[in-house]
Amino acid sequence: MGDVKLAYIVQKPQYKGETSRLAITHAIAYQTVEILLEDGQTVTPTLCFVGEGVLGLQKGQKAMDLYGVTSTESHVKNSLLVDLDVLVCKEDLAKYGISEDAMPDAEEMGADKKIQVVPFSEIQKAMEESKHVLFF
Amino acid sequence: MGTLTIGCFPGLVGNMAYDFALKLAEAAVNKGHKVNIWFSGNATGSVKAHQKHLKDYSTGEKYLKALIEKGVEICTCEACTVARGIQKPEGIEGVQWNAMHWYLAKIYGSDRVLQIGGE
Repeated sequence: MGDVKLAYIVQKPQYKGETSRLAITHAIAYQTVEILLEDGQTVTPTLCFVGEGVLGLQKGQKAMDLYGVTSTESHVKNSLLVDLDVLVCKEDLAKYGISEDAMPDAEEMGADKKIQVVPFSEIQKAMEESKHVLFF
Repeated sequence: MGTLTIGCFPGLVGNMAYDFALKLAEAAVNKGHKVNIWFSGNATGSVKAHQKHLKDYSTGEKYLKALIEKGVEICTCEACTVARGIQKPEGIEGVQWNAMHWYLAKIYGSDRVLQIGGE
């Protein structure tokens, strides 16, 4: 069957609940899924943040300093480091007055990928190209 | 017949989404489909054995055991579960413990996936 594409649609703000964070960690888990699959079988998630899901992604987070928990920023950076496509809805960022420059990147960690701020039409395209769409 | 994988994230008590997930699993397996259930987040609290079924609260144990008997594969996220103070020996017999890649691997072979988000 080869590769199975998944779209993870994050609609809830980070830190308000656990689900929005679990979306990121479940996406990163694609790195180790091969131990349970046959040769040549892969799963490729695309992380998409829409609506209130764009809240809490900004760089400069101090969750570890203040609460002793890993920040969403670090999870997003790890996502980029493991070559996940991370799409953030451009219209929703604008709606909440969040600058595209506020999005973190993992360049200093050596990541090749960057967060892609894209129109919703691009996120819709990612959903259409996926076998399964998972809403978090 | 197809394969259905359900990602169940809501807590056992406090809403009916968890109950719905189990009812749906039961309906699907009764029709002859293969069903997998992945627990993550607050749903992992439901794998603790010896739940007392008070009528004002939802219960997971007896339904989980019945589903396992019918061949449903049920797995809990180990990290989410131990973070809630539940250790494997305290868990319901037959529930698997694994990491998130278990869910992704089941998704790989599924015809349909239903992701039921948590709180």
